Amino acid sequence: MLRFLAFRIALIPLVALGVVTILFVIFKSVPGDQASIVAGATATQAEIENIRTMLGLDRPLTEQYVKHIVGLLSGDFGYSSTFRTNPLPNIMERVPATLLLMLSSIVVMTAVGLPAGVASAAFQNRWPDYLISSVVVALLAVPNFWLGMILIAVLSVQLGWLPSFGLTGALSLIMPTLALSARLIALVARMTRGVVIEEMRKDYARTARAKGLDRRTTLTRHVLRNAMIPIVTVVGLQAGFLLGGSVVVERLFAWPGIGDLLLTGISVRDYNLVQGITVLFVVGFLLINLIVEVLYTIINPRLRHG
Amino acid sequence: MADAAISAAEPKKRRSARRNVYLTTGSSLLALFVVLAVFGGAVAPYDPNAQDLMAILDPPSASHWFGADQVGRDILSRIIVGTRATLSIALTSVAVAGVIGVALGVVSGYFGGFIDRAITVVMDLLLTVPNMVLAIAVVSVVGASAAGLTVAITVSFVPPLARLVRGRVMELRDEDFISAARTLGIRQPRILVRHVLPNAVSVIVIELSLLAGQAVLVASALGFLGLGVQPPDPEWGSMLGTAREYLTTAPHLVIAPGLAITLLVFAFNMLGDGLRDRFDPNTSP
Repeated sequence: MLRFLAFRIALIPLVALGVVTILFVIFKSVPGDQASIVAGATATQAEIENIRTMLGLDRPLTEQYVKHIVGLLSGDFGYSSTFRTNPLPNIMERVPATLLLMLSSIVVMTAVGLPAGVASAAFQNRWPDYLISSVVVALLAVPNFWLGMILIAVLSVQLGWLPSFGLTGALSLIMPTLALSARLIALVARMTRGVVIEEMRKDYARTARAKGLDRRTTLTRHVLRNAMIPIVTVVGLQAGFLLGGSVVVERLFAWPGIGDLLLTGISVRDYNLVQGITVLFVVGFLLINLIVEVLYTIINPRLRHG
Repeated sequence: MADAAISAAEPKKRRSARRNVYLTTGSSLLALFVVLAVFGGAVAPYDPNAQDLMAILDPPSASHWFGADQVGRDILSRIIVGTRATLSIALTSVAVAGVIGVALGVVSGYFGGFIDRAITVVMDLLLTVPNMVLAIAVVSVVGASAAGLTVAITVSFVPPLARLVRGRVMELRDEDFISAARTLGIRQPRILVRHVLPNAVSVIVIELSLLAGQAVLVASALGFLGLGVQPPDPEWGSMLGTAREYLTTAPHLVIAPGLAITLLVFAFNMLGDGLRDRFDPNTSP
């Protein structure tokens, strides 16, 4: 198991390198001259050439690529036209807000989705199940930014209970978290319901019931433990959705995170900024997958000696 | 005796009725959207770009069912005409991603070896970029437009499809009927097209209809961010992007576009669930 983990950790820089290479190719094929974008609309030809030399854009592509990789490794994300320097400190400054939003969404997703799924399974084909399943179906179809806007319209504009934008305290976390986690709550609830129903039919669950254990204890002590494995998989797979969804939700709520910064970078065509944040997203995604992998071994003892 | 037979048949009958509910709800809703996409201009009560300065930000009324927007355009008409943009982005990206993903998955799963490893590595790399982020990166390069959006969504859908098809084909490859076909001397391409693919079709179709729902969500999210279909063409996501600026003064702008997106995603989800229940009941959630 330790060897497997070491292998997974060693793989992260390799995968990151692959993705960075793909991104480099994509961004180098952008139509339009990066030097003149940085120089601005009023720059003279001489100024543009100056900037081109300064940024190393006149060098051969292979040299630029090597410099780019070496730069990333030493924390130099290149020249950002937004910040007029290496954007890394400005990006890192915004990471905590994004992490906060993601963590609170994961907590809400688990705290609401899991019990809802178990309840749905326990009351299979009775009214609580129908009620929960209908809500799940609805949540899977609602776009998160629309849900967010409705929340703002009702809770901020109409009732004045919650701040509608920014990170200004615990209250300001509520609506972005709800918008981001809605779909995930539904996915976890649906998955949990399916797995729990399936596990309840298995021999070990029937044995536990035959032994005289009541339904509740069978469910919590035996079935849930086995059901956790597929559920954690689903949660892990949704990490990417969480990262992507946070971009939209951050923009809607003017949340001071890196998703919002990414969109700013795109609107002013600051490719080094966009590239840097994308790389950060990918590394974050890989780390989340690693954590899911570790969680597996904690939940599933069978894997520990594998 | 007869009674016992009937009661035994009862639950089975009820279950198939439930399956039909998913399928019929999904496909009839989708049919409605297709009709709107094709005949949108004729069905819409107003020209979607006609500005009525007397109606600016009017709340819903008998003449404007969903109200009018910030320049007095009829929202219902813009929703109806906007169906085409969203639906064609979703269907095109899913179709193209379907062809590429299935081809890669079949080749990768059936032949194995070096080709398999090469394809799998690239797909795994692409899978590590969240699809929203990948879509945003592609759009920032190819430009914000319906075409750019379609390319972006297509790129992000190929890896999950290729992975799914690869898994299914690898299961099939070792089945007896495939080795029988091989023993009979049937050529590889024919085996792939006539024997392997038909057995993977249900899995693929189910996945495609669920992906179409996701395509609608991603397309409208990018439209909302201003990275999709450009104004003045009506598109649901960008209508919501504008509505955001009028949340305090005209909250009614928010309702219709969001409902339209939700209903279309719901239609695709129902279709996918219905198909899964009918053709692949083992994996039903």
